[in-house]
Amino acid sequence: MAISVDPPEVSKRHCQKMGFTYPFLSDPKAEVVRRFDLLHPGAGPGGADISRPAEFLIDATGTIRWVNLTENAAVRARPEQVLKAFDQGSAQADR
Amino acid sequence: MKRRWNWPLWTGFLLALAGLFSYAVFAQFPITRDFPWANLLLFGTGGIVLILGLARAFGRPQVYRGKMFGPILAVLSLLAFTLFDYGVLYELRQMPASAGAPRVGEKVTEFTLPDQNGKAVALTDLLSSSDGAVLIFYRGHW
Repeated sequence: MAISVDPPEVSKRHCQKMGFTYPFLSDPKAEVVRRFDLLHPGAGPGGADISRPAEFLIDATGTIRWVNLTENAAVRARPEQVLKAFDQGSAQADR
Repeated sequence: MKRRWNWPLWTGFLLALAGLFSYAVFAQFPITRDFPWANLLLFGTGGIVLILGLARAFGRPQVYRGKMFGPILAVLSLLAFTLFDYGVLYELRQMPASAGAPRVGEKVTEFTLPDQNGKAVALTDLLSSSDGAVLIFYRGHW
């Protein structure tokens, strides 16, 4: 699932335009963003507070298995990175 | 004698502009987004061609035009290159430390947020119906 400070209607337009089918959650006051310590103050248009890019892989127990805190907003996790982390987590769980 | 049009000056300038504005296209592909080598290549090629144009304009002013507008185009190209470097190579890398972000092995805190249809979605509900989840925090304002 994706999370940003965008309101639901903006996320919906984006999903319809790009064809995304997974949940896009709205955190307009950046409360969850702050809880995860991912706030990037004033980095949005007009000095808006936004989230820095980050990805977390969480297993069914709610435990974090993989974290990607990019140091460059242009560089995001590739799908193969996430799948590899998922496979490694599944392998450990099977032992 | 009619002086010739100094095409390297204009070509170099256009290549510099292409280097600046084409990142919007190249950014769609990780191979050219993660490090903007394609844009830097455009700037580099534009710079070489501009230098050729300036050499013609100042070296053979009786043959080629460009002693006046050549330096102007060169400065504008340099400004485009500086603007690109500032935005892509500096600004995009100014990330907060996020020292308090959850780490591997920690339990994620529960939260409930509305999805794109306005429906409240709880993280635990999503986790209970799947083998796990990938949380993708993104900047938004797209």
